[in-house]
Order: sequence, then C-alpha cells, then structure tokens
Amino acid sequence: MKPNPDIRKRVIRHWPLYAIIALPTAFLIVFSYWPMVGVQIAFRNFNPVQGIWNSPWVGLRQFELFLDSPYFWPLIKNTLTLSVYHLVVSIPCAIMLALALNEVKNVRFKKTVQMFTYAPYFISTVILVGMIQIMLSPTSGPLALIGEMLGNNNPPNVLASADSFSSVYVWSGIWQETGYGAIIYLAALAGVNPELYEAARIDGASRLQKIRYIDLPGISSTIIILMILSVGGLLSVGFEKVFLLQNNLNLSASEVISTYVYKVGLVNADFSFAAAIGLFNSLIGLILITAVNYCARRVSDSSLF
Amino acid sequence: MRQTTAIRESGTDRIFLFCVYAGLTLILVLVLYPLLFIVSSSFSSAAAVQGGKVWLLPVDFTLDGYRGVFQYNAVWTGFANSLLYTAGGTLLSVSLTVMMAYPLSRKEMFGRSVWIWAILFAMLFNGGLIPFYLVVRDLGMLNTPWAIIVPSALNIFSIIIAKTFFQTSLPRELYEAAQLDGCGDFRFLTRIALPLSKPILAVLTLWSAVGIWNSYFNALIFLNSQSLYPLQLILRQILVENKIDYTSMSAGLDPQRLAMMQNMETLLKYSLIVITTIPILLIYPFVQKYFVQGVMIGSVKE
Repeated sequence: MKPNPDIRKRVIRHWPLYAIIALPTAFLIVFSYWPMVGVQIAFRNFNPVQGIWNSPWVGLRQFELFLDSPYFWPLIKNTLTLSVYHLVVSIPCAIMLALALNEVKNVRFKKTVQMFTYAPYFISTVILVGMIQIMLSPTSGPLALIGEMLGNNNPPNVLASADSFSSVYVWSGIWQETGYGAIIYLAALAGVNPELYEAARIDGASRLQKIRYIDLPGISSTIIILMILSVGGLLSVGFEKVFLLQNNLNLSASEVISTYVYKVGLVNADFSFAAAIGLFNSLIGLILITAVNYCARRVSDSSLF
Repeated sequence: MRQTTAIRESGTDRIFLFCVYAGLTLILVLVLYPLLFIVSSSFSSAAAVQGGKVWLLPVDFTLDGYRGVFQYNAVWTGFANSLLYTAGGTLLSVSLTVMMAYPLSRKEMFGRSVWIWAILFAMLFNGGLIPFYLVVRDLGMLNTPWAIIVPSALNIFSIIIAKTFFQTSLPRELYEAAQLDGCGDFRFLTRIALPLSKPILAVLTLWSAVGIWNSYFNALIFLNSQSLYPLQLILRQILVENKIDYTSMSAGLDPQRLAMMQNMETLLKYSLIVITTIPILLIYPFVQKYFVQGVMIGSVKE
C-alpha cells in the first residue's frame, strides 16, 4: 500500500484525468446506478400520490404475486424458448459461415459474400419486421407465390400462429445477423498460427480434418466467451423485435418477460409489479452469467471474468 | 523464371470445396432475394403488387409508390427527427465514451480499478425498465428530444473497446516523451491521442449512429407526441400497425384520390422500405471496413 503523500501527489498531478471523467461518471451514476437504487420500488406498493419513497413497504409481496401469477411459467417458457432456440442455431450458423469463408481462396468471391451477408445487420428492426410480414404473408408475397406454384392456394399463416412464432423469430434473426456474427469468428480464425496449417498440410490432412483439428480448437476460446455472454442474456429476449411480431393470435407464444414488463409497467402503470419482474430478470441473468462463467473457467482456460 | 507451386487439391477436398462454394452461393441468393423482391415490387404498379404478380423483376414499372411516399408528411418529419436525434445522440455518446475511456486507459490514474469495476458491474446488472423510466421522468425529460439523446448515451461496451484501443495503440514512449515536455493530460488527449485515434472514433461514431437511427424503443416509452416521433416509430405505424394516416398526405383528398391511395397501401410499404433502407445499404460498403475493424478490436481484448 503506497504511502499517502505519493498518492496525493499522483492525484493532484493528474487532476485533468479526473476532471475529464467527471461528466461520464455523472451519467453512469444517474442512468445506471441511480435506477439500481430506484429498484427498491419493487419492494413497495407504489402509490402515485405517495411517491417512490413514501409508498408502503411490502417486502417480497410483488415477487410472490409474480411467481404465483398464471403468467409466470408461460412467460419464462416463451422467453427461454426464444433465447435457447436462437442460441443453439445462431452460434453454429455463424461459425459455419466463418469456417466456409475461411476456406475460400478467391478473394473477390469471399469479400462479396462477406459484404452481402453482413448488410442485413444494418436494416432496422422495424424494417425487418415489415419485410417479414411481406415475405411471409399468406396472401401476397413470395410465400404465397411459392404456395401457388405448389398448388396450395392457402399457405399456412405463419405470422398468426403461436406454433411457428419462435421459428419466424429465430430464422429471421439468422438471416439478419449471421453475417455479422461470422466476423468475430473470422477475426479469431485469422489469429490461428499458420505453422499449424503447414504442419497439417505436410501430414496430408484434408480440409475437413484441418477444420476439425485446427480451426475449431483455435477459435474455441472465442466461442466460449460469446456463449457465456449469450447465456447471461437468456432471460433478456430483446423487446423491439418480439413486440413488433406480436399479435393477438400468437400471443401465447410471443409474450416474453420484456414485453410483459412494458405492458404491465408502462401501459398499465403498475410500477412496483413491473419493477419486481425486472429485478427478478436481472438477478437471474447475473446468476446465469456467473454460473456459466464459473463452469467455463473450470472446464477450459478461457472465461469472461 | 518464376516457379509455380500450386498444390492440387485432393479428391475429397475438391468435393468439399465445391460444397463450400455452392453453399455460400446459396446463402448469397437467400440474403439478396428478399431485398431484390422488395426493390422490384416498389417499382411495380399497385395492381401488380396486390395481385401477387411480382416475384423477381418489376411488373408494370411505375413510380407511383415513391410518389406516395414523398407525399406522406409524417415520414419526412420522422426523418428530420431521426436526423436530429442521431446527430445529437452520436455526438454526446462518442464524447462521453472518449471522456470515460481515455482516463481509464492511463495507468497513472489512481483508483481507476474502482471505475472499471463500476462499469463492468453496470454492464452485467441493471435496475430494469421501470426504475430507468422513472429516472428519466423525474428529470423532466419525458416527451422531449432529450429523452432520446441523453439516457442511453453511455454505452459500456463502447467504453471498454475504446479503453482497449487507447491502451494498445498509444505507445508508452509517446506519452512519456510528452510528459517530459510538460504536456498535461488534457493537452495530450486533445493534441496527440485524439488525432491518432481516428479509427476508433470512426467505429464509435458508426456504431452509435446506426444504433440510434435504427431503434424505436426509447421513443416508444418516452414520447407521445407524433411530431417528435423518429422515423422508425412512424415506419412502425405504417409497416407493422398498418395505420396509414391519409390526412397527413399533402395531396388533396378527393374521394377518387382517396380510393387510389387505399389501393396503394401495400405498394406504399415497399417503396417506403426502399427509401428508408437503401441509403444505409449504399453507404454501408464504404463503412463496413470500420465496423469490421471495430469488431476485431473488441475481440482482440478477449
């Protein structure tokens, strides 16, 4: 522990650093940490007249209400279905795209494919959902056209069906994000030691073998870290896309925690209840990410923290 | 004389390579077809679109769809609002990111690990939607442009990437030499560090701008005046909620025109998508280099 006068000197000498960081720190406190304090509203029964700090304290009542509510299990199920389905499909797809691109020698082809597969990432969620509704419309659009060609004039309405909701959600996400997701893996692949490739070539390994024994292990740490991050967000299915794809007919599969919190909290103004759900959500996320990180640390030598 | 040392691929490898190329071409088609379909439909006639006649190329080429979009006022106020929010929000966000990341990249800063822990924790845990909303409300920002620009300005992930960049790309010797010359921290930042940081600034700007431009959530929860709505929220009304407001069309509204407009709803959507997306997709090839760089900087940290 350094003696105090040295530290004082350092701080005084570098005072501009503290001055510069003051404004963003204020932002951090106001918009990231103050809400953490405000979450105590979840332990109260919020009454607009009494305000945030004077509303009656009810302890865990709001959480009990949530856990006992008939919405609880369906919400968890819907949220987890979407995230797990998405995780299980998107990571292998991104990896496969990256591995495939890595095998391509023709630079122009490679860059073209990269550029075009990366492009959908920039399309906004609203536009994407607009496109989904157009492409998968049962009455006009490619799906209907294909149906007509196959002689079926009444293709299934995938947009209004609870059963197909998760697939529509996940595969449209794959369409949009795989190109972007592959970039991280391509960057990791670029870091693989070329001597390994030489050795493999000399040993007569086929491309498939090369992928299995060199590429994949080479990017395993990247895969693990990205998986940890994804698992941490398992209960936080993004609001924007689900909200736009929801309609009365698919609600039994499309109501997730984030949209429910929005409806209960901001539309119905039941602040305490919604805050409790949000806190529950955040806590589970934190537990999940810590648990998976711990497992990863035990099993391999790469982890997030 | 140059020797060619091309190694011929083995049999299985050639089949494999063929599959790879075929697969990638298929992926390319799958990615491009929806975009092509929409562009073609936008240039087709309303009748062709309603009748489901368009599948790859425009049918009955017209510009009716585009004319309709240009007359739709709400789209253009939305566009203007989005420009304002994006410009203001990006400027604020990038500034805050640099102002947080730069000091944290200096080893001389005493206590910086406190900040770093604070940032990491904030990235992993937050109070949730309601407390966040209440803070914005209590600051009096509801239903003002500030609600879009300010609350989400601090992006933790960007801070971490910027900090990594500053740490790895600004050589120690440069800093020490500057210190010997009597250059203070602030001057070092503005005169030396920033000019050398153009790549990361480009990445931060692009990430922030694209993020703000494309999102509608903050607008949804914080705004309720139509005149403040960003483009995405207007698009949501038209594309997803199917609420086309004919009174906001600047063209005169006689019944004949109204009938024609109603037939054009689907066509309008296509043209709208093209107008609002094509600019980004056109700029994007020039810009993607920076995005890829940004992702790589981020992944190097791992």
